[in-house]
Amino acid sequence: MPALLVVLLAALAALPYFAPYFYIFVATEILIMGLFAASFNLIFGYTGMLSFGHAAFFGMGAYACALLLLHFEVSLLTAILGAMLASTLLAAAIGFLSVRLGEVYFAMLTLAFGMMVYAVAHQWRSLTNGSDGITGFRLTEFGLGLDLQLFNPAVYYHVVLVVVVLASLVLYLITRSSFGLMLRAISENPERVAFCGVNERRHRLVAFIIAGLFAGLAGALFAPFNRVASPDMVHWTQSAEPVLMTILGGAGYFLGPFFGAAMFVLLETWITSFTEHWMLLLGIALALLVMFFRRGVLGTLLDKVTGR
Amino acid sequence: MSEPILSVKDLRKSFGGVRAVDGVSLDVQPRETVALIGPNGAGKTTFYNMISGRMKPTAGSVRFQDQDITGLPPHTISRLGISRSFQINNVFTELSARQNVEVALTALHRKHFSMFRPASRNRAIQEEADAVLERLGLRHLSDTRAGVLSYGDKRLLEIAIVLATRPSLVLLDEPTAGMTPEETRHVTQLIKSLAASGDYTFLITEHDMHVVFDLADRILVMHRGRRLAEGTPEEIKADPEVRQAYLGEEEVA
Amino acid sequence: MQSFIAALLNSLDIAMLLFVIAVGLNIIFGVLNVINFAHGGLYMLGAYFTYMLVGRLGLPFWPALLLAPLAVAAVAVVLERLVLRRVYDRHVTDSLLLTFALLLIIDESVRMIWGSGIHVVRPPDLLRGNVSFLGVNYPVYSLFVILMGAAMLLALWALFTRTRLGRIVRAAAIDRDMAQTVGINVPLVITGVFAFGAWMAAVGGVIAAPMRAIDPGMGDKIIIESFIVVVIGGLGSFPGTLLGALVLGFIHGFGGRYLPEINLVLPYIGMALVLLWRPQGLMGRGAAA
Repeated sequence: MPALLVVLLAALAALPYFAPYFYIFVATEILIMGLFAASFNLIFGYTGMLSFGHAAFFGMGAYACALLLLHFEVSLLTAILGAMLASTLLAAAIGFLSVRLGEVYFAMLTLAFGMMVYAVAHQWRSLTNGSDGITGFRLTEFGLGLDLQLFNPAVYYHVVLVVVVLASLVLYLITRSSFGLMLRAISENPERVAFCGVNERRHRLVAFIIAGLFAGLAGALFAPFNRVASPDMVHWTQSAEPVLMTILGGAGYFLGPFFGAAMFVLLETWITSFTEHWMLLLGIALALLVMFFRRGVLGTLLDKVTGR
Repeated sequence: MSEPILSVKDLRKSFGGVRAVDGVSLDVQPRETVALIGPNGAGKTTFYNMISGRMKPTAGSVRFQDQDITGLPPHTISRLGISRSFQINNVFTELSARQNVEVALTALHRKHFSMFRPASRNRAIQEEADAVLERLGLRHLSDTRAGVLSYGDKRLLEIAIVLATRPSLVLLDEPTAGMTPEETRHVTQLIKSLAASGDYTFLITEHDMHVVFDLADRILVMHRGRRLAEGTPEEIKADPEVRQAYLGEEEVA
Repeated sequence: MQSFIAALLNSLDIAMLLFVIAVGLNIIFGVLNVINFAHGGLYMLGAYFTYMLVGRLGLPFWPALLLAPLAVAAVAVVLERLVLRRVYDRHVTDSLLLTFALLLIIDESVRMIWGSGIHVVRPPDLLRGNVSFLGVNYPVYSLFVILMGAAMLLALWALFTRTRLGRIVRAAAIDRDMAQTVGINVPLVITGVFAFGAWMAAVGGVIAAPMRAIDPGMGDKIIIESFIVVVIGGLGSFPGTLLGALVLGFIHGFGGRYLPEINLVLPYIGMALVLLWRPQGLMGRGAAA
């Protein structure tokens, strides 16, 4: 498995040197969406919390990044850090209100508060420019004194690759840590964990905030790539995407969401070329996966290998 | 007599109009093993739930080591030194046996917010977990996923989790339920040796009267939410009211 | 004073519509233990079916009020039997995921069949125009909505407290296994309750059709509002749903009039305040999670 990963990473790093422009864009999107889904997997796959409002933090990251670039002309790195801070604060507020009751409440509240962020993005025109979203921001420099031609898609792709790999390493470390073990225990039986002397609600909140932070990072990478931060990035249908990617790839498996994101983006690119009703297929796919293929592609493969 | 480690005063719990526990008091001395018995629906589990923080009492108080713990959340009560097992199997089936114990140990050593160090690198906790499993005769199953353990081994693992939190008061809710006679003997011996070690105080509910009379220093009999009788096993065996209300239904040795 | 009365009357018709929809959501939760995310989609189907029957086929409004909810209930029976039923024995998360998938499917199907534009249904002749009430001009149709809501409230109360059927459903809600052992056909009750909840949503959709724009976003809007209602009132509480609907109705009626610049976020602020003060809702059952 590690050897396979090294080969995969080498191929990804070399991609701009042999693949046409179109695939650089596709690969950039896969990496960003993969990170978005991986952050969702931390709460869903590892902690057992089903959020239908994860796009709130992705969108917050995108808006914060775009606004910082537009009004303060900061470096990309500063904008990304600012976006992560904004998403973290938002996740702390929404999480505090949402983790207090059971999972049915949690699913409901995350969807509702996610749509609150959408309503704000729509209605606070003076800040967010309403339904048109924020455009016209420019990428000047990356920061750290690095001389990078960020407007070159291949260069931006490499930036995304490095950031996503680093962020994934941190996320991976968290899932393997003592904290990660507590999350896995909580996903199965929160009450038993409480009787071991752990405030499980606080753990769920912290996991939720970390997930919000990384979703914000993904959003911050997405805004400059997409050249716009718009309300549809916050809409609940955007929240459906990491849900589907994670289940498609395999919930609770670290690389599952990245697998799922790759399949999702490739399918979306292909299918939207002949129908605009991609969301219908998304819904049908989600229903079929939940009914018949709950462990996802990677999960099923790994189950086969480990003989489970 | 020394100060009681657990002192329950006039505990009550109503659900709607039904009084599940109706004014029960109980003092437990340190290093004592007290059995709580009574027919189904007598209110034993509700009583447990209030002591361990799973339910808030309608009235009454619970003191533990001279501290009022009435209505505190479960994680606080657990940290103060009360640990409980559950009637149904309540282990983490997706984790290995060792990881099950690790969850409790991680909490005990306050490592549960350690995020950037792999759990498997924490040698001290790993070794301690194996030691706890060893004590229960589960060492050879350390790496087995708890979900595939036999029923009896799952119940033992449950006790391992309880002990790993290093409690001074252990609440066991029907520890031998569903076990084979062999496994029951094993668990009874185990509880006896733990009690003899002088580190633990036990409060046990149990349906198997052999186990109860074998283990208990003192017995509290509950019936319809109230205290029916309290005394040594001999006194309880001889109590005519108890015989009529409860023991008459079962074979008594 | 007049503006106050106008706001009050406005609040009431919004509240009664919300009550009819949210109570369906709550009844389904009571028995299935699942929040039906597709509930807003079923409400929307009710409105679109009305548009087809009244706007396209030229039927009067009243038969549509009967037919559209029945059609939606039939759709719900199919969805429950074919889709939801498969995952009841699994973790509740899977049921939530499935109803969420149904929300996506219904939303996009509506867009595919009827397009993204706005449709309108005219109210029946009987309910057009305004009446003067305490010096305020009030639409007759809004009065009708309030009366419908009140009638449904009474009917539901009678159904659940006074009939055998109501007792059966309540038994299944309290303890499914116990209900099964005393001879209640629980799978049938579940299908029936799901269909009944969908029927309620669709009745709301039909009532809403002549007073609100029919567009593919209406389902999203109402499901969020219903969530806010049940969170404020308390999930699983019947009187709580009424209270929650009234609170949200007042937030809309008065907020829209006196605080128009932040009226969209006011409901969320109300919900957040209730969560801080009483997480289980104003009339929720203790700390039940």
